[in-house]
Amino acid sequence: MIRVVLPAHLRTLAQVDGEVQVEVPGEATARSVLDALEACYPVLRGTIRDHVTLERRPFLRYFVCAEDWSLEPPDMKLPEAVASGAEPFFVIGAIAGGQEPPGRRFAGPDTSQNAPVKLHNGFGRV
Amino acid sequence: MSKVRVLVGTHKGAFILSSDGKRKNWEVSGPFFAGWEIYHMKGSPADPNRIYASQNSGWFGQIIQRSSDGGKTWETPGGEKMPAGPEPPAGASNKFVYDVSPESGKPLTTHQWYDGTQHLWEFKRVWHLEPSLTDPDTVYAGVEDAALFKSTNGAKTWQELAGLRGHGTGPKWSPGAGGMGLHTILLDPKNPKRMYIAISAAGAFRTDDGGNTWKPINKGLKSNYIPNPEAETGHCVHRIALHKSRPDVLFMQKHWDVLRTDNAGDQWTEVSGNLPTDFGFVIDVHAHEPETIYVVPIKSDSEHFPIDGKLQVYRSRAGGNEWEALTKGLPQRDCYVNVLRDAMAIDSLDSCGIYFGTTGGQVYASADAGDTWAPIVQNLPAVFSVEVQTLP
Repeated sequence: MIRVVLPAHLRTLAQVDGEVQVEVPGEATARSVLDALEACYPVLRGTIRDHVTLERRPFLRYFVCAEDWSLEPPDMKLPEAVASGAEPFFVIGAIAGGQEPPGRRFAGPDTSQNAPVKLHNGFGRV
Repeated sequence: MSKVRVLVGTHKGAFILSSDGKRKNWEVSGPFFAGWEIYHMKGSPADPNRIYASQNSGWFGQIIQRSSDGGKTWETPGGEKMPAGPEPPAGASNKFVYDVSPESGKPLTTHQWYDGTQHLWEFKRVWHLEPSLTDPDTVYAGVEDAALFKSTNGAKTWQELAGLRGHGTGPKWSPGAGGMGLHTILLDPKNPKRMYIAISAAGAFRTDDGGNTWKPINKGLKSNYIPNPEAETGHCVHRIALHKSRPDVLFMQKHWDVLRTDNAGDQWTEVSGNLPTDFGFVIDVHAHEPETIYVVPIKSDSEHFPIDGKLQVYRSRAGGNEWEALTKGLPQRDCYVNVLRDAMAIDSLDSCGIYFGTTGGQVYASADAGDTWAPIVQNLPAVFSVEVQTLP
């Protein structure tokens, strides 16, 4: 099972609390994870990726293992830690502003209900 | 005793305001869909318990919500977890795809951009939902970039009425400052084949065959801010209204100018008369007096607030030209709010009720056709839309 962490608004929409777990047949990629997520929760179709092109919506980002995965090819194999369920696949609503202390890398958001997510300065400015 | 239910869409959620026929004591429920923009909510005339809502977010896009119990509970049509079957397609209630097939119209893919170049037609949001007068499962959606969609299965799936964009003038349409939205949909209660729509900043259009073919109905409009002030299209129509007893008579609040037509849009005449400013967004018609109309004058297109900080509704009992200010109960100093195009509604009780919402978060009600006003709520998020249902 792959763990997916959604922004608060999408958790409300999908009527889930906390993480979502999805079964991904075959290789775990961003595309296969989101395909499985949308198959389980059809209400999320069109909210993360465009209905037709399946491109990521402009103000959302994907993070895995503390790395911004948003610009990677959608069929690129996800790290084993995500495929095994040790680490979640994050879908994050991008916000502007904020800067981490020097030398510290983004380590994933607080996934508690309605917790704001602060990204690196420059990520997904709106 | 009759009741009213006021549906309020705001910048950060939806609210439902309920009262008995006296309209003095109100129950406020919500926010529904907290944190999301609710562009519009409207109930079905055929089944008042069926309500549709347009929910939107810059991050997550468009969602369509539907209630079958008068707004107590909501669902995303076809969005249930793990649907049992493939028909109709699950999760498609927010799928608005422009029809570019040669069979159903012209493969129109671009419209005019601000700089005069052609720009791709891109779906952004649903501005207005108009339920059918007779079938609770049939509903129309006016969207940005401008197009008209129809659902016949309770908003589970949508199909574009492509004849509107494809009728010929589509490539000349261009967005107004607020985008290129189809914001007004009027269904003719006497002729089920006739429908009117309006687009900012393209103008007004009419179909007489149920949406297959369309024509611009902008003759008589004069807009000095466009290259040809009397062009066939390009006018920034803000809102159109009609009375159900006379659907050939339409009233329009344009960017500037208030107008009327007595022949279903074939010719418009300005009726701004003695209004202190004829800029504004809303216009509506009294429930029982087809010649009594209401507007909220706004200072100008660069100053979107009432003149001198005085919030005033203007009423004409003559179908325009002669207007009176209605001020009792409305703030007459330091008021600098706007009233957006979908934010006025009229109930059909014997003593006609008028409602409007402001960008300052107030919703005002009058239970006596506008003579006196009182706020129902005062501190909501900015109000995008107000609709009212008159219930038995």
